[in-house]
Amino acid sequence: MALHFELVSPEKLVFSGEVTQVDLPGAEGDFGVLEGHAPLVTTLRPGIMTVYAGGNAQRIVVLGGFAEVSDKGLTVLADTADAVKDFDRAVIAARIAELEQQATKLEQGNELDKIITRLDHFKEVDRHLTGTAAH
Amino acid sequence: MASLKDMRVRIAATKATQKITKAMQMVAASKLRRAQAAAEAARPYAERMDIALGNIASGMAGAEGAPKLLTGTGSDKVHLLIVATGERGLAGAFNSSIVRLAREHISRLQSEGKTVKILTVGKKGYEQLRRNFEKLIVDRTELRGVRTLGYVNASQIAEKVTAMFEKGEFDVATLFYAQFKSVISQVPTAQQIIPPKFDASKPAAALAPYEYEPEEEEILGDLLPRYVATQIFRALLENNASFYGAQMSAMDNATRNAGDMIRKQTITYNRTRQAMITKELIEIISGAEAL
Repeated sequence: MALHFELVSPEKLVFSGEVTQVDLPGAEGDFGVLEGHAPLVTTLRPGIMTVYAGGNAQRIVVLGGFAEVSDKGLTVLADTADAVKDFDRAVIAARIAELEQQATKLEQGNELDKIITRLDHFKEVDRHLTGTAAH
Repeated sequence: MASLKDMRVRIAATKATQKITKAMQMVAASKLRRAQAAAEAARPYAERMDIALGNIASGMAGAEGAPKLLTGTGSDKVHLLIVATGERGLAGAFNSSIVRLAREHISRLQSEGKTVKILTVGKKGYEQLRRNFEKLIVDRTELRGVRTLGYVNASQIAEKVTAMFEKGEFDVATLFYAQFKSVISQVPTAQQIIPPKFDASKPAAALAPYEYEPEEEEILGDLLPRYVATQIFRALLENNASFYGAQMSAMDNATRNAGDMIRKQTITYNRTRQAMITKELIEIISGAEAL
């Protein structure tokens, strides 16, 4: 119960404190970080991360970013970090529309593949959020 | 000699000006508070980013195939200067001090035979640089319509810059902005962002062997454009705070000057009025004596 966790977005320090566990959407799959995790640097894909502290789980939407685990704890540099309940779905919808437009313009190749992967990530987040709203 | 009525009108005009500068000072003060808070809130991200990138970069130092954004193109022929200024004037020497620093840089680089390209952010810098260096300005961004500076604004600029870099349009990028020290002190700063210069004085934290996921190159490829955006974002926020700080002290000065002028004008007005009364009295008395 003493993983030092810092969540920073470009605008502000969103969270800093001790938590039990954090689940993150890594670029190559989801992973959880507990105290004593091996040093790790990874990029994040757009997704939802879960922070466990004091028996509560808080879900936060991150739209891409970067995570670093060192002996000092876990630092997440997120492009956007908003609690699921405060998150504005219009942002996601706008990004999806934008990416879809880009995708139609491109020739086949690496660039298109990248955009399609990103599109999938956003759609997954969107689905997830719609799912939570229904509960 | 101006008539008494003219003088009354002038005093009223000075008082009106003083009211405006006073109001502007108060508006700048309240905006400064917000801008300063925003600049301070953005610091942790930039600092963490610095540390993380520094760590990875030192691990990569000398390795082949390190991204060009990190190591540079190997030459320094073409320089891109990103000059960030304010959108408005009436802020003392704020805009011109940034422009002056940029101008000194440009002349130095040109005398060394380097090619200079300029990208301006903010209307004032564009207007001032256009006079001498119209041909060097490759692009400009205005943030006039932006109410609160967001990361998006910075990342749009950063995208342009990285796209230019990838096309090989420049070798070195330097960012010009005013660093916010306090209300009375804003320091024009030039900071090289491509390739980034890390603070070598800071001892690299005992390097734990990191695991990278995905590979280092890929992470750096993702991280470096973000680093550029973060630096630009920080510069914009610092600039914003500096602008309001400079405007606040400029307007404070203006208000005080207007106060001095009102005092002087009132004294002249009263003297003239008394002189006229005396003159009238003399006329009446000498008229009465003549009878």
